Amino acid sequence: MRVGLFIPCYVDQFYPNAAIATLQLLEKFGVDVVFPKKQTCCGQPMANSGFSHLSSECDELFVENFSEFDYIVCPSGSCVLHIKDHLHSAKSPDKAKAIRKKVFELVEFLTDILEIKELKAKFPFKVGIHQSCHGQRGLKLSQMSELVAPKFSKPETLLKMVDGLELINLTRVDECCGFGGTFCVAEEAVSSKMGKDRVADHIQNGAEYITGADLSCLMHMEGILKRQKSNVKVIHIAEILNADPNP
Amino acid sequence: MIKETSNKSKGKSPSGDSGADHATLSDIFNQDEPRVNWHDETLWFVRTKRDKAVNTIPEWELLRETASQIKHNVLSNLSAYLEQFEEKAIANGVQVHWAADAKEHNEIVHSILKKHSINRMVKSKSMLTEECHLNDYLSKNGVEVIDTDLGERIVQLADEPPSHIVLPCIHKKKEEIGDLFHIHLGTAAGEADPQVLTEAARQDLRSAFLTRRAALTGVNFAVAETGEIVVCTNEGNADMGVHLADVHIASMGIEKIIPERKHLGFFLRLLTRSATGQPITTYSSHFKKPRPGQEMHIILVDNGRSRQLGREDFRNSLKCIRCGACMNTCPVYRRSGGHSYHYAISGPIGAILAPNLDMKKYADLPFASTLCGSCSNVCPVKIDIHDQLYKWRQVLVKEGHVSPVKAAGMKGMAWMFSFPALFNIAGKSGRWFMKYFPFMVSNKLNPWYKEREMPAPPKESFREWYARREKNNRK
Repeated sequence: MRVGLFIPCYVDQFYPNAAIATLQLLEKFGVDVVFPKKQTCCGQPMANSGFSHLSSECDELFVENFSEFDYIVCPSGSCVLHIKDHLHSAKSPDKAKAIRKKVFELVEFLTDILEIKELKAKFPFKVGIHQSCHGQRGLKLSQMSELVAPKFSKPETLLKMVDGLELINLTRVDECCGFGGTFCVAEEAVSSKMGKDRVADHIQNGAEYITGADLSCLMHMEGILKRQKSNVKVIHIAEILNADPNP
Repeated sequence: MIKETSNKSKGKSPSGDSGADHATLSDIFNQDEPRVNWHDETLWFVRTKRDKAVNTIPEWELLRETASQIKHNVLSNLSAYLEQFEEKAIANGVQVHWAADAKEHNEIVHSILKKHSINRMVKSKSMLTEECHLNDYLSKNGVEVIDTDLGERIVQLADEPPSHIVLPCIHKKKEEIGDLFHIHLGTAAGEADPQVLTEAARQDLRSAFLTRRAALTGVNFAVAETGEIVVCTNEGNADMGVHLADVHIASMGIEKIIPERKHLGFFLRLLTRSATGQPITTYSSHFKKPRPGQEMHIILVDNGRSRQLGREDFRNSLKCIRCGACMNTCPVYRRSGGHSYHYAISGPIGAILAPNLDMKKYADLPFASTLCGSCSNVCPVKIDIHDQLYKWRQVLVKEGHVSPVKAAGMKGMAWMFSFPALFNIAGKSGRWFMKYFPFMVSNKLNPWYKEREMPAPPKESFREWYARREKNNRK
């Protein structure tokens, strides 16, 4: 199985450890992983701002970089959802269509494709899960609190395999953190307030770490935590799942 | 007794036509953080009540799907259903009027009142008349309107538009309502007991009901099969108004049609559970024909609805049954208040309806969202609200309703991302990100930095690490 590793631009730049953990984790499970070096951005920042008509070159580049792989895996639900919903190519429409079907967010790739039943990792901390909206409501990584439907959570399933990890319960299980791409600056007041409230929920319920499958939300909450000089940290789920089993 | 000062122009305060956009008005709203917390908690409480109520119905999701499909059928055959409805209503003795826009609607209402020499009217809740600014129009033409829904009455006394379609005065604390009632209804200064205040409003409204000869109501559902309309209230104020009036005027958007009476069950089960977590409204009143000696008018209002019906991507917005669930669940609405949307219908649903009426004026609204998608999940008729917000953004940008600075930045970003080599070089220095992601500049002028720290740039990017590893592996 050959997997193309799709690392979102801001993860590459600011959170290399999450990308490294993703790569190492996949390799632990025997996957042949390649990072296509010409990749840039999925085009989501433009599209969500109303400029999807400008992202066609990003789209073509994405198709060039990733069409050769069996699967494409990315440690960000939001970027994956964008590719799944909006990747189009005038030059190679079939390739784009194929990519939309074989692109996976890391958590769902582990639970649904690799069907991981156990892993060796230790993380002896109290952890709160942030359900990033695009991963949850878009990719359906977890059941949504609005629906009358059976509960499930793919990130939780994986985190329960980690030695020593204690999951905390939140008062609002799946409220948005307020990042929202350019929303975070265009609507600064509401965005910051949403971030502060989300962080407070984790802190009040005893979290030492906030984790999730999307670093954009975690980056937002980290910004708030650091400003508040909080000891609570954010960490991408890949880094927990890849944690040393004998620390 | 009543000191009537309330019939002035709605929409002037506090957001009104100041021209300020959602971000600016939200910024003002957020200057009082404890109040934002209170507003957020109050509406979240309504959301949790809704969750409790819907979880008692195992077939809830099927109910939503069925209602959505019924509305789909309605929208696909709207003209036929409207004609059927009109025919039945006329046969029932109702006078039916067609209004192409808000202006025509208001003129029709005025002409009916003029015919009967009526210059005072009671009105139960109707978001359509808010959309048409009817009170303002009638007031300018010498007609006094008293809103009889308690929440509507409160915002009317405060000379404000409703901030929520189901809970019009949810932005007001009971002490503030007490102050208003002290001024307008003569309650004791400092009185803030909800029961006392409600009783004062009740007594005051009673005299209005008894003396007004015309009553206007909204319409929740109009049944094509029978020509009857259904009005849902918790206070019985629509019934009080209509039963005591010589003239009943019912104003409805043309999308309020449902095909048959039996379909009503689906919508009544969905409406209030979604809205407030109640199993059903206290009153679901059917008005079919005028009682002897009474005149009954129904005004069918288009006001942009046909245009919206013709927009493939946005037509589903016309399925809306005005329950307000999308507002209660919206994390942005709860922290920005209804007035920040500067349109009669606030929240996520307002943000996809308003640009249809005026793209320039409401260009900001589809951007007042993180696209979290909670709105679409609570919607009882399964409108794809957050997808439509995304689609409106594309339309608004293409139509040129975007600031030139933002447009230039986006073009630069798109250009950058289309050249991997350039991205790599720029990325190495770490500067491209700061330049092209607007929230990444660490200075006091950057809105990100106001309440959030920047991520600390690592020693090497992932691609640098990966290149180093490849090199070491080759050795």
